[in-house]
Amino acid sequence: MKLREKAQILDAEGIRRSLTRMAHEIVETNKGVDNLALIGIRRRGVPIATRLAELITQIEKRDLPVGSLDITLYRDDLTQLSYQPLVYRTEVDFSVTGKRVVLVDDVIYTGRTVRAALDALMDLGRPAVIELAVLVDRGHRELPIRADYVGKNVPTSRKEVISVHIKEIDGEDRVLINERE
Amino acid sequence: MLQRKDLLGIKDLTTDEMSLILDTAAAMREVMRREIKKVPTLRGRVVLPLFYEPSTRTRVSFELAAKHLSADTVGVSAGASSVVKGEGLLDTARTIAALGADVVVLRHPAAGAAEFLSRYTRASVINAGDGMHEHPTQALLDIYTIRDYKGTVEGVTVAVIGDIMHSRVARSNIWGLRKMGARVRVCGPATLLPAGLDSMEVEVFRHVEEAVAGADVVYALRLQRERFRQGLIPSINEYARLYGINQERLQLAHPEAIVMHPGPLNRGVEISAAVADSPQAVIADQVANGVAVRMACLYLLMRRDDDDQTYH
Repeated sequence: MKLREKAQILDAEGIRRSLTRMAHEIVETNKGVDNLALIGIRRRGVPIATRLAELITQIEKRDLPVGSLDITLYRDDLTQLSYQPLVYRTEVDFSVTGKRVVLVDDVIYTGRTVRAALDALMDLGRPAVIELAVLVDRGHRELPIRADYVGKNVPTSRKEVISVHIKEIDGEDRVLINERE
Repeated sequence: MLQRKDLLGIKDLTTDEMSLILDTAAAMREVMRREIKKVPTLRGRVVLPLFYEPSTRTRVSFELAAKHLSADTVGVSAGASSVVKGEGLLDTARTIAALGADVVVLRHPAAGAAEFLSRYTRASVINAGDGMHEHPTQALLDIYTIRDYKGTVEGVTVAVIGDIMHSRVARSNIWGLRKMGARVRVCGPATLLPAGLDSMEVEVFRHVEEAVAGADVVYALRLQRERFRQGLIPSINEYARLYGINQERLQLAHPEAIVMHPGPLNRGVEISAAVADSPQAVIADQVANGVAVRMACLYLLMRRDDDDQTYH
């Protein structure tokens, strides 16, 4: 699939400011960090969750648990894919039961990843509350799912592709909107 | 990804394919540690374990693996099935198709049985032991266990002790370990060592003490009592005395060496009770890892919708 770069939506500073605002919103809504945990959806949700946790720690001067969730085994399109997605390890080394869990991902699109993540998370225990934080909401939902914390809303067409580059994985921080040629 | 319909042996697996299975198994291990050991991945799929030879642990392991992945599974064992009525493998293949099985796990006394069946069924076939030929998932779980304890397989020295000739576990392990860069030593009674060991790139030792010296892994094979009846060894006691892994011999190995065994154990024959119960024995880990490795194999062999077009 060849992609043509159309526009940059966020640069490194933009990402930092968005995450800072989201961290404040998470703390405000949850009235602090009591019982709060962040769980990133692999792959790019994980470093974003780690950064949000660091920002929250700066605000509240307290640590909070961070985990990572691999949703491959919960996907609803496994038999339709022409490739076989790699299964990575889910690493949640704390009990989610009774916790206020914020799921973190880079982009929300159809909502199917979040649906899978909700099932995966519920198999680990029974959280008190599950919220959703995403860096980019690009619309086109296919399921009744919405994000509680959004870095940036970006209206897109289905032909377009949102590319999130995160330093920990891609060596740089920026979000691009590309178009299939 | 695994570009194959079946898992028939280690010999024709690439190192990339083996690594993919091992990495996927590591993720499956996490699922097994959960309170609710179930993911919905293979919902609606049918896994049919077909055992023409007695086996408890391999069958249970495959059935648990299928259940953890939400597949439906019905075990068929030799005594209970039409196998005793003389149904041939070809008829079995037709039955599999009629039952709509997606994966068949076959254990059969004849070498090549799994390969034969795979040619006559659209279902994926996993070889769970065919005669004296191969037992690929056993080798994969053993290699997983070694990697888990030693961090790597490359450069690890593995001493395989016992009846190499009749052991599909040994054969699959030697091929797999060599592919992954392990150094393999073998030792056993001359009557139980096959010809052509040189071509398998292993070092052959006459004395178990030499084979075990400095080894990172000591792998004791199960001694079938019929080898005595066949006259291949003078007595079970003599075998235990010359080749049994006891604490004295284990002390010759690397101080952090692990002891492995494919089970079921003949305590006091190929392995002493003290060694089997020592902290160096990782036999229980092998069993647990076996379920994870089989989950990985079932997941990776799952047929996708577009596979039908390429299937001839």
